[in-house]
Amino acid sequence: MELTILYYLIPSLFMFCCGVYGFVTRRNMIAMLISLELMLNSVDINFVVFNRFLFPGEMEGMFFSLFAIALAAAETALAIAIIINVFRVSENIDVRDVNKMKH
Amino acid sequence: MQPVIPIIILALPLAMFLFLGLCGHKLSHRMAGILGTAGMGVTMTLAYITAFTYFFSGSPEFIDADAHTRLQAVIFNYDWLAFTPQLVIRLGFLLDPISALLLVVITTISFMVHLYSNGYMRDHHGVWEKGFQRFYAFLSLFSFSMLGLVVATNIFQMYIFWELVGASSYLLIGFYYTKPSAVSASKKAFIVTRFADLGFLLGILVLSFYTGTFNFTDFTSTEVADGVYQISETTSAGIRDLIANSTVPMFMGASVLTWALVLIFIGGMGKSAMLPLHIWLPDAMEGPTPVSALIHAATMVVAGVYLVARLFPLYLMEPAALDIVVVVGALTALYAAMVACTQLDIKRVLAFSTISQIAFMMVSLGVTRPEFHHGVGYMAGMFHLFTHAMFKALLFLCAGALIHAIGSNNYTDMHGLRKYMPITHITFLIGCLAIAGIIPFAGFFSKDEILTATMGYSTVWYIWMSLVAGLTAFYMFRLYYLIFWWKEHKVHEGHPAPHDQPWTMTLPLVILAAISCVAGFVPMGNLVTWNGHEMFDNVNFFTNLSALNWQVAGMSLAIAIVGILVATVMYRKENRYPQMMKQALPRLWDWCFHRFYWDELYQFITHKIIFGCISKPIAWFDRNVVDGTMNAMAFVTQRLSFAIRGLQSGNVQFYVWMYLIGALLLGLITAICLI
Repeated sequence: MELTILYYLIPSLFMFCCGVYGFVTRRNMIAMLISLELMLNSVDINFVVFNRFLFPGEMEGMFFSLFAIALAAAETALAIAIIINVFRVSENIDVRDVNKMKH
Repeated sequence: MQPVIPIIILALPLAMFLFLGLCGHKLSHRMAGILGTAGMGVTMTLAYITAFTYFFSGSPEFIDADAHTRLQAVIFNYDWLAFTPQLVIRLGFLLDPISALLLVVITTISFMVHLYSNGYMRDHHGVWEKGFQRFYAFLSLFSFSMLGLVVATNIFQMYIFWELVGASSYLLIGFYYTKPSAVSASKKAFIVTRFADLGFLLGILVLSFYTGTFNFTDFTSTEVADGVYQISETTSAGIRDLIANSTVPMFMGASVLTWALVLIFIGGMGKSAMLPLHIWLPDAMEGPTPVSALIHAATMVVAGVYLVARLFPLYLMEPAALDIVVVVGALTALYAAMVACTQLDIKRVLAFSTISQIAFMMVSLGVTRPEFHHGVGYMAGMFHLFTHAMFKALLFLCAGALIHAIGSNNYTDMHGLRKYMPITHITFLIGCLAIAGIIPFAGFFSKDEILTATMGYSTVWYIWMSLVAGLTAFYMFRLYYLIFWWKEHKVHEGHPAPHDQPWTMTLPLVILAAISCVAGFVPMGNLVTWNGHEMFDNVNFFTNLSALNWQVAGMSLAIAIVGILVATVMYRKENRYPQMMKQALPRLWDWCFHRFYWDELYQFITHKIIFGCISKPIAWFDRNVVDGTMNAMAFVTQRLSFAIRGLQSGNVQFYVWMYLIGALLLGLITAICLI
């Protein structure tokens, strides 16, 4: 059996949809953050896969996913910091309670 | 001449204005008064030194001794705004006969007024007027502006200082800013003169566009060749082209030069209160009386005369413009003299008298032709400017003393004051004799020269102006008798009897009266002539007397005496003649009393025609169409944002839904388009 590009893209798509679903349905901000990570990782997979299948011998996609991973780490740290501060203020991390910024 | 003294002459009043204006409230009243007066005294001394050096030093910089011709000397000329190599605006100091003369006039009167105000600006209990320091600051500002105006080296510098004197006049007329009449008078003065200055500015632009220069020395340099005065070779090419009329276009039947000169003259008409722009000057009497003496009698209002005199060689090239000057001047002279015969307010009588006398100067300049008596009219106009400044300032300061003593502007509250205020009485009488033109007082000589010049121009105008001279004598002595004679003064119970004012007020009166007695003997023909050429070979104290043309002088003297006699008969003792005159000519009296309804005419034109027919539709358009468009845009935006602001719920996941749906829709649209 030969591994075609679809064998990679379909799990990636599934991962992305899971991430989107989790992001819009979960109320816990930590869970939302995890869903976000899921989406990012599926995108990373796509980068690597497209690089591998469409432009063999070149490395841009690989490096881009490395960058994305590093940025995701930073972004996670930032998000966790915000969540901790939100928790300190409102004693919970339900996203529906974080609506002080509305109109 | 080193530029040090001229710079100090200009810088000292400016520094005094800044100092008194910024730190005046920290000084005591007395200190501020002494400081302002002392500063002006120094300026006056320096101006005298400068003028004396110019006229009598005989330095080759100032006089061409062989040709007996005084020269224009630019003491310094600083490039202030250099826009392009052609367009440079300079600030400088030009010394020539008229600027030297005006330096003397301005600083003398200004010093007298500074001194006088020390007494005038406090009441009988010695309480200082509110804003006393501000008053001195403004006086200094005015002195600075006026000095800058007369020594301007170019027409643009003159324009700048021209506006500055207008501004300081505005500030001083509105000095009592809590009085509504003073406020509206100051606005009226500013707006009317500003309106006239528009003409001046247009004239400057037209003139400088065609000549390519702002400098007076380029405009006016003249030379004498074979006994004939002509524009010299050093004159800029643009002016020579203008005069040759070869390359410049005509506009509405007159040459560009005529248009430029008439426009510039409109500016002069505004400042010098010529018909029909005279309406601001009588109202300007709302200001303190020393201000009226300084600004609205002696110096600022003659700026228009000075302007014409400054550009005189150019005017000479366009006799049509000079004829306009004569007509405007002659009409104004008669008009103002007639109105002055009926006014109640003594300051208003003096104001109309000022208008009439300035009109004399204008006529004098207008009738000047070099072929007649070496252009005597120019000299006479400047001579009259000088003498008039002295005796009119004197009359105004006397009026100030009277007002200060009585507390009212109307002669109906005065009557019979000669015993109570002897010094004021004598000095006022000298001023009246001077303005009426009685030998040997100052006004006689200058007015006689004016009438001589007018006779050489046209007999009709000569008779006209002689009539006005007679009227002048009549209304001045009417005023004199109504103030000091008529009937016994009624001293109110509980009020002290009126008396002469403190020395700070009487000393200027005495000095100015002394000057008015002797100023007529100044041999002006050798000092100030239109081309600088000296008229007499050798001069002594009696030059003017011996140079009199007794045919004219006798006539003008006779007319003046008749005017005085009529006034004596009518007003010396209380009688029914004035009432009978009034009833004999009710219509004329009414028109004169209401100043020929000029103010009502202006009121009608501005309010009914301009406001009603032009301003109101424009205001409607602005309020409804322009504002309406903007309001509609704002209204729609506001409504729309109210409608959609619910979307901004603060619920992050809702945003994500929106984003997701939007992204999907976009993807769908793209997909459809691609298919």
